[in-house]
Amino acid sequence: MRLPCPWCGDRDLNEFGYGGDATLQRPADDAPMKEWVDYVFFRDNPRGSHREHWQHIQGCRAWIVVERDTLTHEITGSWPANEMVVAAPAKSEVTP
Amino acid sequence: MSAAKANKAQPHRSPDGGRIDRGTPLSFRFDGQSYQGYAGDTLASALLANGVKLVGRSFKYHRPRGILSAGVEEPNALVQLRSGARHEPNLRATVAELYDGLEATSQNRWPSLAFDVSAINNVFSAFLGAGFYYKTFMGPTRGAWHFYERIIRKAAGLGTAPTLPDPDRYEKAHAHCDLLVVGGGAAGLAAALTAGRSGARVFLVEQDNELGGALLGEAAGAGLAWATDAASELASLPNVRILTRTTAFGFYDHGVMGLVERVADHLPQPGAHQPRQRLWTLRTKQVVIAAGAHERPLVFGDNDIPGVMLAGAVRRYLHRWAVTPGERATVFANHDEAYRTALDLADAGVAVAAVVDPRPVPGGDLLRALAERGIEHLSNHVVVRARGGRHLLGAEVAALDADGNPTEPTRFISSDLLAMSGGWNPAVQLHAQSGGKPQWDSRLFTFVPGTSKQAERSAGAAAGHMTLASALTDGVSAAGAALEALGHALKPIDLPAVEPEAEAVPAPLWEVYTRKGKRFVDFQHDVTAKDLDQAVREGYRAPEHAKRYTTLGMATDQGKTANVNALEVLARARGEAREKLAQTTFRPPYTPVSLGAFGGRDVLRHYHPIRRTPMHAWHEAQGAVMVETGLWMRPRYYPRGNETLFEAMNRETRHVREKVGMVDVSTLGKIDVQGPDAGEFLNRIYANGFKKLPVGKARYGVMLREDGMVFDDGTCSRLSESHYLVTTTTANAARILSHMEYHLQTCWPDLRVHVASVTDQIAAMAIAGPRSRAVLEKAVEGAEVSNEALPFMGVVHARIAGKPVIIFRISFSGELAYEVAAGADHGLAVWEALMEAGQDSEIMAYGTEAMAVMRIEKGHAAGPELSGQTTAADLGLGKLCSTKKPYIGHRLKERPVTADPHRPALVGLVSLEDNKRIPGGAQLVEDPKAQAPVPMLGYATSPTYSITLNKNIALGLLKDGAERMGTTLYATNPLNNTTVKVEVVSPHFFDPEGKRLHA
Ligand SMILES: [Zn+2]
Repeated sequence: MRLPCPWCGDRDLNEFGYGGDATLQRPADDAPMKEWVDYVFFRDNPRGSHREHWQHIQGCRAWIVVERDTLTHEITGSWPANEMVVAAPAKSEVTP
Repeated sequence: MSAAKANKAQPHRSPDGGRIDRGTPLSFRFDGQSYQGYAGDTLASALLANGVKLVGRSFKYHRPRGILSAGVEEPNALVQLRSGARHEPNLRATVAELYDGLEATSQNRWPSLAFDVSAINNVFSAFLGAGFYYKTFMGPTRGAWHFYERIIRKAAGLGTAPTLPDPDRYEKAHAHCDLLVVGGGAAGLAAALTAGRSGARVFLVEQDNELGGALLGEAAGAGLAWATDAASELASLPNVRILTRTTAFGFYDHGVMGLVERVADHLPQPGAHQPRQRLWTLRTKQVVIAAGAHERPLVFGDNDIPGVMLAGAVRRYLHRWAVTPGERATVFANHDEAYRTALDLADAGVAVAAVVDPRPVPGGDLLRALAERGIEHLSNHVVVRARGGRHLLGAEVAALDADGNPTEPTRFISSDLLAMSGGWNPAVQLHAQSGGKPQWDSRLFTFVPGTSKQAERSAGAAAGHMTLASALTDGVSAAGAALEALGHALKPIDLPAVEPEAEAVPAPLWEVYTRKGKRFVDFQHDVTAKDLDQAVREGYRAPEHAKRYTTLGMATDQGKTANVNALEVLARARGEAREKLAQTTFRPPYTPVSLGAFGGRDVLRHYHPIRRTPMHAWHEAQGAVMVETGLWMRPRYYPRGNETLFEAMNRETRHVREKVGMVDVSTLGKIDVQGPDAGEFLNRIYANGFKKLPVGKARYGVMLREDGMVFDDGTCSRLSESHYLVTTTTANAARILSHMEYHLQTCWPDLRVHVASVTDQIAAMAIAGPRSRAVLEKAVEGAEVSNEALPFMGVVHARIAGKPVIIFRISFSGELAYEVAAGADHGLAVWEALMEAGQDSEIMAYGTEAMAVMRIEKGHAAGPELSGQTTAADLGLGKLCSTKKPYIGHRLKERPVTADPHRPALVGLVSLEDNKRIPGGAQLVEDPKAQAPVPMLGYATSPTYSITLNKNIALGLLKDGAERMGTTLYATNPLNNTTVKVEVVSPHFFDPEGKRLHA
C-alpha cells in the first residue's frame, strides 16, 4: 500500500505508523466520564470510506489524516492533521 | 564426454532441433543415478529425454507420479535440489534449469521411489477420503491426534526442510515504472515493444530464462522470428528494463508489485558477490498482465499414472527440448488445438495410436491431416481410464451414449503416452489479486479477467485470446490503453503475418463419470472427484467450504490445474448451473517464493542492528560483559579476575554506596522541547506540573496514558524560559516522541512548541556515591558544584575536559549523584576525564546490574512495574499527580477501576528464609498449601539480593499493600515449585528519608 503524505508525496506503507480514527475529537477536560470513555475505548469499524490518522514516522514525522476505503484501500484524500483539528470546546457543552 | 555419447544416452532425444545446446552436455544425478542432458534443458526435459517417467510419490496416497506439465503449474514433479546447507525441497522439475553436477532427489517416498511402503495408503484410501483429518481428529476423538500426528506427518507430506543455515545472500531492490508488462510471450512482447517505442519507462518481466513464452514451444516460424527481433529491439531501448527468471508473484494495493528474480538458481551456486535471489518492490502506474494460460487436465480414471501428460506440454517438450515423451501416443481432447499435438508427434516420428474426442465429428482439415498420417480418430469417444502402474500401459476408451455417458464394453488402446487437454485457463491470478473478479466465459468454458479495480489490464491468452494472431493484436491494444492513461502518444509496431491456427474452444467436458480407478482433480493434494462429491453430500456445498474440507487447491501449486475442473465437478454434484459458482480467492504468491528472498539482507544483525553508546569502546576495553536492552548494548558488569556476575554486582553496588561509581546512561531517551508554549505543553503531557519549574532546575515527572495508566517516567529540566530537556526510559523513547507529536498536531495545533529527539546527539553518564562531588569538583571548569551552588535537582552548564556539558543533580541510586550530559562526540573524552579525575576517590565503573540493585533498594519503579497495567497511585506516585490542572489521563484515572483503593500497590518484600531468593513473577499468597484455586494477592515484580542490607528483597504489587505492612506472606512459583516466606515492608528499603541524596 502507498500513502500520500501532503509533504512528501506517495510513500510506502512501511514508512508510516497508524494512529486510528481521525474523526474523534478529544473531549473537553471536564467532559462527562461517558464522553471520555467513548473517546478512549470505543471505535466504529466502518466498511467503506474512513478518515484515519497516520504518522510519517520514517519521513517528515508529520501526523496526517488519510481518507481511505477500508474495503478497497482506495485513497480519496490526505491532509496535514493540524489543519483538520476541530477546536475542542474550552468547557464541556454537555452538562455533567 | 562427447555430444554424440551424451545423445546416445538419451533415448528419447530427437537427433536434432530444440533450443538446447548440444555442444554443452551436462551431467546430473537423480536419486543417485547419473544421467546426461544439455544446456537449455530443465530437469524435467532432461529426465524425459532419459526415459525417466516416475519422478515422485503423491502427497496422501503415495501413488507413483510423473511429469504432467512443462511449466510453473506442475503439481506432480516436485523434487529436492542440492544437498547440505543448500538443500531445497518442493521445487518443480519443470522449471528447474539443468546445470552441470545438479543433484536431485525425489520426495515423499520411503525407502525408495520404486518401492514405497506408504503406498499401502492407496489400498486403505477409503479411510483417507475428504474430511479425514476433521472427522478423526477434531471431533470426540480429538485426543487421537497426539498419537497419530508423528506417523501421519511422516507418511503424508512433501520434502524435508534443510537443517543448516542458508549460506547464500538475498537482496532487495526497489524501482518505479510507468508500465509493467508481466510475461514475455507474444502478447507481452507486443505490449512492451509498443510502450517501449513510445518512450514510457517499461519493466518487462518473464519467469522463464528467455523471452518468447509459448512461442518457444512451437516449431520455428514467423511468430518465433518476430519474437526474437522484438526481444533484441527491447534490449536496446534505454527506457525498457527486461528481467528474465523473474516472477511477478504479488499484485498489491496502489500498483505495488512484488517480483522475485532468481539471479543464481540456474547455477550450482551463486558467483562471488552475487545474490541467489533478488526481491523487487516495483511501484507501477500501469500494468499489462500477459501471463498466458494453463492447460486443463481431464478428469477420468487413474488420470495420474506417469505417462499421462498435458497435450500442450507434450508439444513443448517436442519443440523446445527435442524430447519425445513416449513411443506410442494417444491424444484425448475436447478441442481442435490439441490435435496439433497428435500431428506434431507423428511428424517427429512418434507412433500416434488414436485421437479420442468426445465431440461429434469436427472440421474437415484436421481429419484430413490425421488421415494423412494414419492416425485413428475416435469422435464421440472418451478415455474412461488409464491403465498401468509405475508407468502407463494404455487407455480404456469408450463410446458415448446419447446422454453423453460412456458405454460398455471399453476398448483398450496400448500407449505409453496419453496427451490430454480439456481447454486452457487464462492466468487470472494477478488480476484477481489486484481486486478484480474473474468472470465465467461460456465460449471458453473458463474464467477470464473481469472489471479492473486497479490500473491493470490482461492481454493475450491471459485475457482469453488463445491464438497467436489475436494475442499479438491484443498486446498492442492493451499497451495502447495503458499509454493513453499515461499520456504517451502511441507509436505503432509491425506485427508478423502468422498462419491461421486451430483455436482451443473446448466442448463442455471436464470429467468422465466412471467408477473405475481414482479420478484426480487436484494432483498435488490427492483430491478426487469422489472427494468433492462427498463434500457436497456432507453439506460443504460452497466452493470455499469444499476447498477447505477436501484441501483442494491448497497445495503449493494453488490448484492451477485443479480449480476450474473442481468447480465443474461441484456444480455437477450440486445439480446446478456452472455459472452460479464463483472461483475461490487467489492470494499472493502466484508461485512459491523462498523465505530467504523476503528476508533479503534483513537477517541476523542486519535485522537487529546494534546501537552503541559513545563510550562503548571504553566499556569493551575494560572487559565489560554487555547486555542487549532493545537494540542498545549496555555494560552489565565489569568482572575482575574470575568474578561471577553475582560477585561483581555486589562489589559494584557496595563501592557506589561507600565511595563513588559511574554508569553510562546514554541510552535513556532524550527529547528537546522548545517554544513559547513549552511549559503549557509539558503541563498537559505530564501528570505533575512543569510550567512553573524554575530555569536551571530539574524535576522528576510521570506521564500517564489517556486511559489513566502510567506511561513512562523520567526527568525534565528547564534550560531556559522556552527550552526544556525531557528524558524517558530507554524502552519508551520512540513512543513518547510520537505521543508528543500526536498531541501537538492532532489536538493542540495552537501550541507553539517543537519537539525533537536528541537521544543520539547526547552522551550521558551518572556519577553516584558519597565522593561524587569530590570527583566533579576536580573535573569541572566554569561552574560551582558545591551543595549551595548546585543543590539537589539543580542544573548547571559547565565544561569538562574543555567540552561543554550540562550537569544535573539527580539521583536514581539514592546516593549523592549527578548526571553529566555532553555532545555525543565528546562523550568518551568527558567520561575518561571523569575517570581520571576520580582516581583519588577510587572511582569505579558500574553496570546495569548494580544500577538495578540500587533502584530496587530505593523503591523506584522501572520496567517491570511500568507494565501499562499500573496507575500512579499503584506505584506510590499518586500524590505527584496534579489536582490543579488537566493533563493526559487525568479524567480516566478517576474511573472506579483505576481509582479503587484496594488495587495492588507497590510494596517491598524481604525473604525470611536464609539465602533463598524471591522468584521473579512469584504469586503472593497467604497459604501456599491451601486448596486450589488459592487466592492470589499480588506478585513480585523485581527481585534481587541487596548487599547493602544483606537480604534477599523484591519489589512487588500487593492488594491492600499499605494495610499488609509487616505481615508475612508466601511468594510462590508453582511452575518450578518454589515457595519463599516473605515479610511485607515499605518499598523504600534504603535511606527512606533521602538524607544521602541531599548530602
Ligand atoms: Zn511526509
